[in-house]
Amino acid sequence: MKLIQHFLSLEWKSFSRSASFGTNVAIKILMAILALLYSFALLSMGIGLFYGLKENRLDPLVQVNTFLIYYFLFDLTIRFLWQKIPVMNIRPLLILPIKKSTIVHFSLGKTALSFFNLMHFFFFVPFSVVLYIENYPVDSIISWHLAMFSIVYINNFINVLFSNKDNLFGILLAIVVVLGGLQRYGYFNITDYSAPFFEGLFHTPGLFLLPVGLLLGLYKITYDFFKNQLYLDAGLATKSAIAKTENLNWLNQFGTLGTFFKNDIKLIKRNKRSKTTVGMSILFLFYGLIFFRENSHQPQVMQIFAGIFVSGGFLFTFGQFVPSWDSQYYPLMMTQNISYKNYLTSKWWLIVIATVISTILCSFYIYLGWQIYLTILAGAIYNIGINSHLVLYAGAYTKTPIDLSSSKGAFGDKKAFNLQTTLISLPKIVLPVLLYALGKYIEGPNTGLALVAATGILGFAFRDVVFTKIEKVYKQEKYKTIQAYKQNN
Amino acid sequence: MIQVNQLSKKYNGTTVLHIDNLSIPKGQSFGLVGNNGAGKTTFFSLLLDLIQPTTGEIVNNEIPVHTSENWKPFTASFLDESFLIGYLTPEEYFYFIGDLRGQNKADVDALLAKHQEFFNGEILNNKKYLRDLSKGNQKKVGIIATLIGNPEVIILDEPFANLDPTTVNRLKKIIKELADDPQVTILVSSHDLQHTVEVCDRIVALNKGEVVKDIVTSAETLQELEAFFAV
Repeated sequence: MKLIQHFLSLEWKSFSRSASFGTNVAIKILMAILALLYSFALLSMGIGLFYGLKENRLDPLVQVNTFLIYYFLFDLTIRFLWQKIPVMNIRPLLILPIKKSTIVHFSLGKTALSFFNLMHFFFFVPFSVVLYIENYPVDSIISWHLAMFSIVYINNFINVLFSNKDNLFGILLAIVVVLGGLQRYGYFNITDYSAPFFEGLFHTPGLFLLPVGLLLGLYKITYDFFKNQLYLDAGLATKSAIAKTENLNWLNQFGTLGTFFKNDIKLIKRNKRSKTTVGMSILFLFYGLIFFRENSHQPQVMQIFAGIFVSGGFLFTFGQFVPSWDSQYYPLMMTQNISYKNYLTSKWWLIVIATVISTILCSFYIYLGWQIYLTILAGAIYNIGINSHLVLYAGAYTKTPIDLSSSKGAFGDKKAFNLQTTLISLPKIVLPVLLYALGKYIEGPNTGLALVAATGILGFAFRDVVFTKIEKVYKQEKYKTIQAYKQNN
Repeated sequence: MIQVNQLSKKYNGTTVLHIDNLSIPKGQSFGLVGNNGAGKTTFFSLLLDLIQPTTGEIVNNEIPVHTSENWKPFTASFLDESFLIGYLTPEEYFYFIGDLRGQNKADVDALLAKHQEFFNGEILNNKKYLRDLSKGNQKKVGIIATLIGNPEVIILDEPFANLDPTTVNRLKKIIKELADDPQVTILVSSHDLQHTVEVCDRIVALNKGEVVKDIVTSAETLQELEAFFAV
């Protein structure tokens, strides 16, 4: 028990002493408020869902049970992508007088407290409470509830067991998409088979013991697996890939910029974290499909919002972490024959090239109408002229080192929250929406687009002035950044 | 070549380094010795403008390092692994540094060929990224990379640590050759008194951030230093 206390205090310290967290009280308060708001949103969803469904003359419980299969499959997919298994912290514990079984139990227990599990409470607990208020039988509610949480934790341990397999995410996503497609077009309906099971968990007494038993069994398997893997050259080993020297000579024609491009291409290709990030930016390309549908319920002003996102995937996912991508060797960059100007220019070009490529790839939106593609073009111009600068500017305040070798944490890294960068990021999206709304109000959508594009061109015209300013901020922040990057997460 | 004026560095009121005046002439091989926490790495970090001085300044070849970046073209350094790019192979890393220092591939290849022996067959064409090399082999890469592009000032922090005995001897040979070159000023820090005495013309000992010894190397230097650090 004492030991667990030690472990917990270690965890707390590693969290509360991280570089960007300890910065100031205001940020901590803001974070707490955000967390509360977020929980509140989920909470009201849990409650609202019941009455919402009821209003539509559907049996809420039956509906929920029908779609639970997708809920859990999707949950598992998300976990494969993002939920991190903390293995490295185990290394120093191995040589201390602590039983291996304790270490494994603790590590597994820690995953149980992960946000990926806790967030389900916010949905299931209020939903169950509503069921109770609406006079559903208590014992059924309790057994159903227990079953749900067993499944949540079964997902948790499946993810722990398979965390080393790289392509599971893709496979699972494909399964979800195929199942969804088959159901949508009426070929095969998985819920025909799964719904009775979830219904049974509610109505058949004792059936909930099945998932509970499964969970216990799975815990045992995971436990045994990890206990046997608790060696530096087994489960705790760091995988090393076979390296191949690449010269990328065709980039030589770009001079110093080419040197940086070569490095950035290798950075993206050879590290898990950056690969995941760039992969995600491709998903942004399809973001417009949600907003540009004919029967979309979104107000028209929001189209420019989509226009910005569609071409800005790389800018938003990769760009927002400049210069943290180079955090592991930042002192090298600071002592080599590199000026800030060159360094920033190379990152800027990288973002611009990616934006242009995205815009070209987006030409399939022309099928949906020229107006839509014009919206995307205006968004792209704004991205190049304004947002690329904002991203670099915010980067000066980015103090979170990036562990390139871990693919997890590409999103929602709780340590990465930073008020300054968030404030700088706001105009990236809010400003074009306002400009568009203004233009639309004065004359029409095309004027709105013209306003957005013109602002982008204006930003582009002042590039040199802006760069000098940004360079100054980087120099100012240099020492703090070096200091913060020294810390390994 | 390097001039230190009224330099001090304080953390929360504690002085970790205080050097009133120190000048290192061009071509000297300068050894910095001292216990842990004596301020060796702090001094090098200040010299490379990685941290800010509390007072004073360091001037590298008439360029104040804190206000101008123009010392970078002629200064090369290797302090620790954060000077390596983990996802590159050693060859790619050397060419990257070469590109930054205006050297073409052939120049870099020539330098690498010259130091084949130092690498001992463990570095080049090994199908490994830098992050997967052992500490000692990483160090070999970092040290040789500082020689690319004929820098006038070379700064090495603890170059002998983590190296095997044979490689230490080879490294001493390399440093001695550099020391003989009147164009090259080389600064080396170490815990190992004997190695430092062997390769440096001048030795400065730091203790708790202050210069306590400043001697031109002679036959008696080692004894004098050992007496000073004796318990």
